[in-house]
Amino acid sequence: MDATQAVILTIITASTPLLLAAIGELVTERSGVLNLGVEGMMVMGAVCGFAAAYTTGNPYIGILAGVLGGVALAFFFAILTQTLATNQVATGLALTLLGLGLSGLIGESFVGLPGVKLQQLSIPFFSTIPFIGPILFGQDILVYTSVALIFGTTYVLFKTRIGLIIRSVGDNHNSAHALGYNVIAVRYACIMFGGACSGLAGAYLSLAYTPQWIENMTAGRGWVALALVVFSTWLPKRLAIGAYLFGAVWIMGLYVQALGFGIPSQFLSSLPYVVTIIALVIISGNKTLTRVNTPACIGQTFVPDR
Amino acid sequence: MKKILGFAAAIALSLAIVPASAADKLKVGFIYVGPVGDHGWSYQHDQGRKAIEEKFGDKVETTFVEKVAEGPDAERAIERLARKGSKLIFTTSFGFMEPTLKVAKRFPDVKFEHATGYKRSDNVSTYSSRFYEGRYIIGQIAAKQSKSGVAGYIASFPIPEVVRGINAFMLGAQSVNPDFKLKVVWVNSWFDPGKEADAAKVLIGQGADIITQHTDSTAPLQIAQEQGVHGFGQASDMIAFAPKAQLTSIIDDWASYYVSRTQAALDGTWKSEDTWGGLNEKMVVMADYTNLPDDVKKMAQETEAKITSGELHPFQGPITKQDGSVAAKEGETVAVGELLGMNWYVQGVDDQLPQ
Amino acid sequence: MKLVLEKRSEHSEFMTLMSPLLAIALTVFTGAIIFAVQGLNPFEALYVYFIEPLTSMWSLEEVFVKAAPLILIGAGLSVCYMANVWNIGAEGQLTMGAIVGSIVPIVFTSWQSPLTLVAMITLGALGGALYAAIPAFLKNRFNANEILTSLMLVYIAQLFLDWVVRGPWKDPKGFNFPQSIAFEGWQLFPTLGDGRVHIGIILAVIVVVILTVLMSRTLKGFEILVIGNSPRAGRFAGFSRKKIVWFCLLLSGGLAGIAGIGEVAGPSGQLQPTVSPGYGFTAIIVAFLGRLNPIGVLFAGIMLAITYIGGEAAQIDLGVSDKTAQVFQGILLFFILACDTLILYRIKMLTSTKQQSVAAE
Repeated sequence: MDATQAVILTIITASTPLLLAAIGELVTERSGVLNLGVEGMMVMGAVCGFAAAYTTGNPYIGILAGVLGGVALAFFFAILTQTLATNQVATGLALTLLGLGLSGLIGESFVGLPGVKLQQLSIPFFSTIPFIGPILFGQDILVYTSVALIFGTTYVLFKTRIGLIIRSVGDNHNSAHALGYNVIAVRYACIMFGGACSGLAGAYLSLAYTPQWIENMTAGRGWVALALVVFSTWLPKRLAIGAYLFGAVWIMGLYVQALGFGIPSQFLSSLPYVVTIIALVIISGNKTLTRVNTPACIGQTFVPDR
Repeated sequence: MKKILGFAAAIALSLAIVPASAADKLKVGFIYVGPVGDHGWSYQHDQGRKAIEEKFGDKVETTFVEKVAEGPDAERAIERLARKGSKLIFTTSFGFMEPTLKVAKRFPDVKFEHATGYKRSDNVSTYSSRFYEGRYIIGQIAAKQSKSGVAGYIASFPIPEVVRGINAFMLGAQSVNPDFKLKVVWVNSWFDPGKEADAAKVLIGQGADIITQHTDSTAPLQIAQEQGVHGFGQASDMIAFAPKAQLTSIIDDWASYYVSRTQAALDGTWKSEDTWGGLNEKMVVMADYTNLPDDVKKMAQETEAKITSGELHPFQGPITKQDGSVAAKEGETVAVGELLGMNWYVQGVDDQLPQ
Repeated sequence: MKLVLEKRSEHSEFMTLMSPLLAIALTVFTGAIIFAVQGLNPFEALYVYFIEPLTSMWSLEEVFVKAAPLILIGAGLSVCYMANVWNIGAEGQLTMGAIVGSIVPIVFTSWQSPLTLVAMITLGALGGALYAAIPAFLKNRFNANEILTSLMLVYIAQLFLDWVVRGPWKDPKGFNFPQSIAFEGWQLFPTLGDGRVHIGIILAVIVVVILTVLMSRTLKGFEILVIGNSPRAGRFAGFSRKKIVWFCLLLSGGLAGIAGIGEVAGPSGQLQPTVSPGYGFTAIIVAFLGRLNPIGVLFAGIMLAITYIGGEAAQIDLGVSDKTAQVFQGILLFFILACDTLILYRIKMLTSTKQQSVAAE
């Protein structure tokens, strides 16, 4: 394996959890809901995924459990913000706090146990192509899923009736309601989809990235995913670019260190965050880019009048 | 009515849980910086605590507080243990140094033991481990086993203990292969599996075929196993996580020290002192040498024996610093003060130390 | 059966007072269940958590040590959130306040006068405020989401602190360990009594009083309320949203900065790689628990400090892990938010027959 290939593989691993969580949040936000609880749902996905995989010995059951963990927390969020019409920002923050605490409690007896590693699903023949083979065809199922999700969500959001409904609910919930769509139900579904994706991202961490459970193992990745959604201007393909870019900056920080230039490691460690801020500024500052795609109703509570 | 009575009884009960018994028991308290389940630093200290319970049974009672942040909160956690009747308190991280001293001043009849610090008082002892002795051995193994002649070192924070470990590793490696190369990545954390795994991948990608770490998670070893290279465990035996990759592990063993200090406290012979123990005192223990050819295993065992007997000191001269100046001449060893505050690399380390 | 919200014609005053109490009651109840599940006597556990910290002078003092930063930060955040400015990076502003305030004792080591302390507090506030100015500027100039920028800045501030105490500011006599020199005399916050309570709690109370007056008696407070409730109405009234963003972020950042220097010059007594155990984030709960009202924040800060101290006591007395306290805090925030619904809405249960009749209307 040559060095470039190794670096690319490492970048893909680092980017995949971000991509998975961000794509779910993108759909949630397209329906007009801002869920800041990505970090909490992700860490729940990680602990549920690990626990199930460890108990059954089957990583695929782990993935399923991770999804369920994320969905359970998302459902909680949906009840509060949709049925009880609470403030979405505050509820999202509460979700993160709860997720971090609860996952620690659930995971207490799983700390320090060797996990079940999600194996690569190499596609015969193609994965033996030199250089690009292992990169494109030698990944695990969640990496393929993340790529499928990019194209899947692009298609559903912009080419189907369901996508049209989701976007219209996010852009103007009053007129969507007047047209007879059930705004609350659509948002419930989109929030749960977001939870499922965050759960997948968490399961990726505890099953593929580092097959073990440690408290707080998401280490802020959920927040980065949120930033990526803004960066993408709510377009899945742009989201993929952003996620891989962020992963690349992250890995390059370590790479440069290992070359031994003597740059303080703290500066290199903070580089991804600096880059995120700069990217946010560039995207948000560009009015034409954002105005077209920003869901107009994002973060607003909808209570149907009776 | 029954329910209400039950409620009242429960409250009465809860109010009655004032320590009544245990007057003649020695209470021993522990403060951990991490979760006991980190399978690294705090986990090993907790093993020591369990050893005390096992050895003394009814004569002692142990309690611990985990995940105490190094900062303002530490002082309160320590004071609480003292107030709850602990007469011997182990504070097991460097950052607890000042809080330990402050509380010790207020509780002159309580004995304190602070790990890895350098400030003592009448009722505060310090203790630490000469982990670097183990690092010298794994350095030798690395140089023997590496095909590329490059090792990767995942480091936490540039404190003297970590720098000492890097230097000892390098000196051990150079004693086998003078041209050995070492790449260092600082991850700025004792425990961040994701980042440690990324660092391991990057190091392997840059040609390192031996991975060693001064961080506590098992992630680097798991990566080493995945990518078919080798590595060393840290703090505890990590063979379960990487049966094919672990060559050996430098285990912190606090049990014997904790038992002897508790014995001293029970006997009334405890006094403030500084302990810096290594292989000889069994505070550092090497895990089984695995996945190694016989000659390398034999070499490692011989080095271990020599260090234990004192025949070999890892920081024996001649040693040249990275900047070319002399750290120790032929026949000398690096002075203890210099070891304690080490902030320079030996020649050959491919990194620059943040100053 | 279905739950339906019906908007009240005006805020329910009764519910405004009741909702936090109801939330606390529900949290205590849920907590009791959690303890019972873990096989503990719930009454004993709840006693250790909520009552024991108040039973001795020592732990009562510790409650105030912990409450001081929470109230300082929470009060600032409550003004922010009132105006719909979502600063969640108070932890970073706290860190920067601690660093900038420490310039005085670390660089001008020998300066000892009451003014030293004044300078430290001023610089601490300045450090926090300037750091909060970054998201304010990015929000106003580039429309960058302040939630995300302020949060990213937390990580950057913490790494910067790490570099400072391991590099240029480490104690030259400290064997290269990561800590600054120990502060002395007027470089420390004076304590009240012989314990660890310091003037930070007095500062916190003063801040609460000032902010209460600001919010209820001044035009600025009115502007904040109007803009927060209805940006459009604010625009018609000629209030500048941008100015409010500046004001809120600088204010909350400055207060977080004071909390930061208070930790360093208070219980810590020196600059270390970690300044706070997440006060900046916990203060978010404090702000909401206090109903975004400075006086409410005062009580909420004390309440949360008690759960912290109680959580520690529970570890020693009951062997309960510290995660339980975190779950408690999360659940509490959930219940507060859910109960707040009662202030604005009436909840109606619709049975299936009624539902049909509604649908038929």
